[in-house]
Amino acid sequence: MSRTTAYLVTIAMIAMLATAPLWVAEFTITLLNYIGIYALVVLGVVLLTGVGGLTSFGQAAFVGIGAYATAWLTTAQGASPWLGLVFALVVTGAVAALLGAVTLRLGGHFLPLGTIAWGLAIYFLFGNIEGLGRHNGMADVPPIYIGSVSLEPNSAIYYLIWVMLALAMLLVANLLQSREGRAIRSLRGGAVMVESLGINVFRVRLITFVVAALLAAVSGWLYAHMSRFVSPTPFDVRMGIQYLFMAILGGSGQILGAVVGAALLTVLTNALQDILPRFSANGEQLQAIVFAVIYVLALQFARGGVMPFVLQFVPRRRKPPAASGEPLPRRQMPEAGRPLLTVHGLLKRFGGLEAVSRVGFEVAAGEIVGLIGPNGAGKSTVFNLITGVLRSDDGTVNFLGADITNANQRRIARAGVARTFQHVKLRSSMSLIDNVLLGAYPRTRAGFVRGALRLDLAEEARARAEAQHQLDRVGLGTEAYDLAGNLPLGRQRILEVARALAADPALIIFDEPAAGLSRPEKAALAELLRGLRKEGVTVLLVEHDVEFVMGLVDRIVVMDFGSKLMEGPPASVRADPRVQEAYLGSVV
Amino acid sequence: MTPDIALILGIDGIATGSIYVLVGLGLVLIFSVTRVVFVPFGDIVAFSGLTLAAMQLNRMPGTIYLLATLALLACVIEVVHHLWRRQPQRMVRGLVLYGLLPLVPAAIAWLTAGMSMPAFVQILLAIALVAPIGPLIERIALRPLADASVLLLLIVSVALTFGLSGLGLLFFGAEGFRTKPLTNEIFRLGSVTMTSQTLLMLASAAVFSLLLFVFFEHTLAGKALRATSINRVGARIVGIRPAGTSALAFLLASLLAAISGILISPVTTLYYDSGFIIGLKAFVGAIIGGLVSYPGTAIGALFVGVLESFASFWNSSLKEVVVFSLLIPVMLLRSLSLAQVDEEDEEVQG
Repeated sequence: MSRTTAYLVTIAMIAMLATAPLWVAEFTITLLNYIGIYALVVLGVVLLTGVGGLTSFGQAAFVGIGAYATAWLTTAQGASPWLGLVFALVVTGAVAALLGAVTLRLGGHFLPLGTIAWGLAIYFLFGNIEGLGRHNGMADVPPIYIGSVSLEPNSAIYYLIWVMLALAMLLVANLLQSREGRAIRSLRGGAVMVESLGINVFRVRLITFVVAALLAAVSGWLYAHMSRFVSPTPFDVRMGIQYLFMAILGGSGQILGAVVGAALLTVLTNALQDILPRFSANGEQLQAIVFAVIYVLALQFARGGVMPFVLQFVPRRRKPPAASGEPLPRRQMPEAGRPLLTVHGLLKRFGGLEAVSRVGFEVAAGEIVGLIGPNGAGKSTVFNLITGVLRSDDGTVNFLGADITNANQRRIARAGVARTFQHVKLRSSMSLIDNVLLGAYPRTRAGFVRGALRLDLAEEARARAEAQHQLDRVGLGTEAYDLAGNLPLGRQRILEVARALAADPALIIFDEPAAGLSRPEKAALAELLRGLRKEGVTVLLVEHDVEFVMGLVDRIVVMDFGSKLMEGPPASVRADPRVQEAYLGSVV
Repeated sequence: MTPDIALILGIDGIATGSIYVLVGLGLVLIFSVTRVVFVPFGDIVAFSGLTLAAMQLNRMPGTIYLLATLALLACVIEVVHHLWRRQPQRMVRGLVLYGLLPLVPAAIAWLTAGMSMPAFVQILLAIALVAPIGPLIERIALRPLADASVLLLLIVSVALTFGLSGLGLLFFGAEGFRTKPLTNEIFRLGSVTMTSQTLLMLASAAVFSLLLFVFFEHTLAGKALRATSINRVGARIVGIRPAGTSALAFLLASLLAAISGILISPVTTLYYDSGFIIGLKAFVGAIIGGLVSYPGTAIGALFVGVLESFASFWNSSLKEVVVFSLLIPVMLLRSLSLAQVDEEDEEVQG
């Protein structure tokens, strides 16, 4: 399919949707209304689960809170449905923030189990509150008016539903391309890397969760005023489970997948309700079984859903032009020779083992210092203590005069310490430039709202120029829009260096940067590090490759069995018999 | 509330809690060995009670058809699997294990349907009918995904709840049943009366927990399960077959569920879909134990039972809200005690 055909197909589809009430049957409009209402919820699931990796079976409860909030305000209080929308958003947002604050710190399988549990609790609550009509629900919810135009007819509210859906999709799409959107996309695959970039994982998770709940609330608001009746049944946890499966079938992670999944499941349900009763008196039961079979087969054989299959016919988006713009402001580098990092009496025990016993050293601004030692010497533990991944049992770490002992990773990163990982941690499904842009997160400001409304374009251009500059600098500039996962390991390490540089750090700590690099790659890396020194950036290398370290660093700290063996310039370290013994064994 | 009422509620709660203990132990057993958070586990409990109820009414238990359906599906999958791998000689073993074996109790039940039998024979038969359900589901839906992430396995198991409740409605109908009490004695201890049914529930929970402990500590198969739950790759290296251990874990858990169903059916009216809620309550207990600790699960499950009992005295229609809301403070405590961010890969797509 060429680009022109793709555009024509898109325009034709929008035109068909826009004129639908004129030429399709009333029943089809009802179906389309439901698809739109479901797609709004599924859009939230796509953002939360597909992109952010947080599985929720409880979205139906948020739809319910939104629907009940507006139903109560417009019937019991006689308020306008538009006030009902505001009320639905406020109540749902508040409940989601509360539930999220409690459960979002738990990752893995606890969160989805939790969502099932509170999904059920909220459902039972609806059915037992007197003011909400208990299990009978609330009738006579007023229709929505725009000016004096009533949206009571199905074909009228149809436009409101699909305009709202289109708007929501646009905002979510914008958000995902923004600074916070990249943070959401980076959530999948472990929090340590994300926190090390100065990103507050919990905050990003919480806001994403609330955004998904707000989308559900809008859906609930539309539902309440379309069907003009609310009861607990449509907000059961089983419906919440179906929303998740709509996202998975559509293609979780794809914005359009929300519509595709919602349409697929709605049409299928409808078809099954027509067909199954012809075969058996137990149509309803068979329907649940058919769905289970489809879900299990889809999860076994087509986890990506329908969208990847569709997308292979759609031409890839043209690469954006190389970013041009003024780069981001840089920090004032500390004066060369001034103490930058001071480690004093650092102690870490794992059970009875003292992995690091009273290690102390100093790194002055503008230096390249190597931390070396044989396997098991405690280098990586020292590294993790300095960067806040592990908590020390005693001792202090000072950076630029501030005490950062046992501070969290995020604070240390924001103070100006960037790091790389021994086992490369990148987001392989994101482009090179997006990975590097993650590094520039603490240097930029745009939040969720500015990102969704595209008010961040000036800052985005500057950040992009910065990222492109860092990629050029490490020699990956021409591949900026390729996926990071397609790079060979050696170049992935280099990409991590570019990401660290994008943070404009005062100190970069490298964890075995030369491992897995070829000889010319090592030479290029050494050249890059020397260039950094000229710019006043301080480098601490934790490295195994003695040859690489010797030719590069100003000073070496040698560790063995958890203690500092000695420190000094490369030549004296090389000549020291204790170091030789540690590495080569005793001669005697 | 007088102390007497509190005592009665407490005993009642512990009795219900003891059922959640058995179900919770099964859940933890499955999770630790296979990494599957088996949400439809409660359905097996309900099916067990419904099977016994049908037998007591001299009806053909729907479990027979359920087993036949599942066994047929499992056999098809076995045949396809082995033909695909070009090892048809291994097919026989699979067909015997997943086709013939589950059909033995089904055939016995079919042949003896309508005959009056002593109660304990009926119970044994009901347990034998329900026990193969777990391993069959494992073979059909979960084993093809054995290497998937915990999250994906959880999503599949949630999908299975739809299927099982559909099958339940198909084979057991929408009617609710309650079985005859197993015993009818009433004991008085001072001011407190206690039914023998309560005692039976408590004693069964204690005995089967103990049996599970003995199995894990003193048998080779039990040690293999423990080894698998501690380190899957390591267990594989020393020759423990992962397929074998997961089938065994599901069989044992299924047995626990069957026994729980027999014990709970005289005190609660069971419907085809009652299992979902029972299973989730046991999950709340298991999550208190972190989904890994057997004693933690037992304590958590007893606590859920007692809480439910007191909540239903306070406001019977809100007891579910109270029980499921309990998970929120539990999760808060867990997340606060979580020292380190876990680096588990949270990928949905494989």
